[in-house]
Amino acid sequence: MIEGILVEGLIYGIMVLGVFITFRVLDFPDLTVDGSFPLGAALMVQGILMGLNGWLALLIAFIGGVIAGIITALIHNQLKVPNLLAGILTMTMLYSINIRILGNRANVPVLDQKTLLSDISGRLSGIVPDDYIQLLFFVVVALVIKLLIDLFFRTDLGMTIGAMGNNEQMIVSQGINPKTLKTIGLGLSNGLVAVSGAFAAQYLGFADVGLGQGIIISGLASVMIGEFLIMKSNRIGVLTLCALAGSILFHAVMYVGRYYGYVIQMTPNDLNLIKGLLIIVLLVLTQSKKLKMATFKAMVQK
Amino acid sequence: MIAIKNASVIFNQSTINENQALRDINLNVKEGDFITIIGSNGAGKSTLFNLIAGTIIPTVGSIHANGRNITREPEFKRAGYIGRIFQNPLLGTASNMSLEDNMMITYRKGFKWLKRSLNNKMREYFRSELIQLKMGLEQRMKENLVMFSGGQRQALTLLMMVLSKPSLILLDEHTAALDPKNAEIVLELTDKFITEYKLTSMMITHNMSHAIEYGNRLLMMDQGEIIFDVSGDAKKELTVEKLIEKFHELRHRGFENDRALLSE
Repeated sequence: MIEGILVEGLIYGIMVLGVFITFRVLDFPDLTVDGSFPLGAALMVQGILMGLNGWLALLIAFIGGVIAGIITALIHNQLKVPNLLAGILTMTMLYSINIRILGNRANVPVLDQKTLLSDISGRLSGIVPDDYIQLLFFVVVALVIKLLIDLFFRTDLGMTIGAMGNNEQMIVSQGINPKTLKTIGLGLSNGLVAVSGAFAAQYLGFADVGLGQGIIISGLASVMIGEFLIMKSNRIGVLTLCALAGSILFHAVMYVGRYYGYVIQMTPNDLNLIKGLLIIVLLVLTQSKKLKMATFKAMVQK
Repeated sequence: MIAIKNASVIFNQSTINENQALRDINLNVKEGDFITIIGSNGAGKSTLFNLIAGTIIPTVGSIHANGRNITREPEFKRAGYIGRIFQNPLLGTASNMSLEDNMMITYRKGFKWLKRSLNNKMREYFRSELIQLKMGLEQRMKENLVMFSGGQRQALTLLMMVLSKPSLILLDEHTAALDPKNAEIVLELTDKFITEYKLTSMMITHNMSHAIEYGNRLLMMDQGEIIFDVSGDAKKELTVEKLIEKFHELRHRGFENDRALLSE
C-alpha cells in the first residue's frame, strides 16, 4: 500500500512540479495541464505501439507538452486573451487532438507491451526486491527532475522568470520582454506535465483522454499541501521538495478515500468533491494562519 | 538626446470620456541635462514619462532618441537605454528574492541565458557598490527584500539603475512614498549619482523647493502643456514665490497645489 502511494505520488509529483512553476513561480494560473497530461500519455502510448525506444517516446511526449504550453502562451500574449481562458482554449483543443493521436479511440491499453517501465523492471529484477523496483525508479526520476528545475531557477534566465512572477514591471524595466519569459515558463511547465502523463500511462497500463480531467485541481491541492505543511521559504530547492512531498501526501489522502471511504458511504465518484473541499479547507487554514501572524506582529510592535 | 516633436496624447478618443492628457508637446532633452518637472495633479507629468518610456504611444507626433525615431519601439526595448524609477518602491525590485539575486537580475539589461553568473566575484562587486548607500545593506546580501524598508529598496533600485549606465533616467516622484528622513537620503543619493556619473535625467517632484534646488533646468506643466521652461542662470534665480507668481501670470489663476506650497 505504502509503495503504491509513494509511486503514484512521485509520478504525479512531476506534474505537481509543473503546476508549481506556473501557479507559484510565474503567477500564471495555467489550465492547459488538463490537456497536456493526457497528451503526454497519448504520445507515449502511441510511441510504444509504434515500437519506438522508450526514452525517445518520452522525449516526444515532453516536446508535445512544451508545444501545448507555447500555444497557450501565444494565445495569451498575442491575442491578449486572459490567462485562464487561454489555458481553457488549448485544453479544449487538446481533447480532440489527443483522441486523434490515440487513433480515434478514447482509451488505448499497453498492458501487454514492452514499456520503459517494464524494461527497467526487467533489468533490475533480482538486484532490487520486485516490490520496490518501481519505487526506486521513480524516486530517482523525480529527484533528477527536481534537481534540474532547481538548477534552472538558479541560472540568470531562471531568476528573471522568478522575478517576473513577482514583479512584471521590474522585468520590463530590465529590457526583457515578459512575453518571452512567459512562453519559456509555460513550455517548461507543460513539458513536465506531459512527462508525468507519459509515466502515468505506463504505470496504469493505458492512455485515456479522460486522464487529465481535474488534474489541475490535484496539482494545485498538492502544491498547497506542500506549502501548508512545510515551513515557508524562498529557496527553490525547498519549494520543489515541498511540492513533491505535497503530492505524496495528497495521494495518501486520496488512497484512504478510495479504499476506506465506504465506511462513511463514500464512492470513488465523490473523490472530485473531496479534492475541491480539500483545497477550500487549505485556503481557509492558510488565511487564518496569515491572520494569526498579522495579529501576532501587531501585538509585538505595540 | 531625446526629442519629442508635436506629441499629443488623447485617451478614449471620440468617446464621452475623451481626455487630452498631453497637448502638442515639443521638448528637447540635451545630454547632461538634469530636468525637474512640477505641476499640479493631472497636469500630464506622468503621462509625459509614460510617453518617453514607451508605456503609451502618442496619438499624434513622434519621439526620437539620438536622431532615431523610436515612436513605436516597445517599452522593454527602450528600457535598454532609459532607466525609470516609480513612486512605488516595490516596483523596482522583486520582494520574494534575496538582495544578491535582485542585484544579479538588474546588473545587466536585456535577455539572460542559461548561465549562472552569481559567483563570489560578483558578490564582492555588489558589496563594494552597496557600501556607497551607507545603509549597511552589504551585510544583508542573502536576505529577502520583503525585510527591507521602502527607502532601502528605493535606494537599491537607484543604485542598480545607475550601474546599468542608462542614457536617460526618469524619476517619477520616487521619494513621494517615503518618510521625510528616507526621502531626504534617497534624494541626496540621487543628486550625488547624477553628478558623479554625469547622467541625463528628468525628475518629477511635488516639492517646489526641491525642483528649484536640484537640476539645471525646470519645466512647469499644466493641463497637458509645458507652460514654462527655464534653465541656466534664470533657473538659479528662481524662488518658490517667483514660480507661483509666474504661474499666475501665465494662467491667470492660482497654483492649485497645497502640497507643493506646504512642503517647503
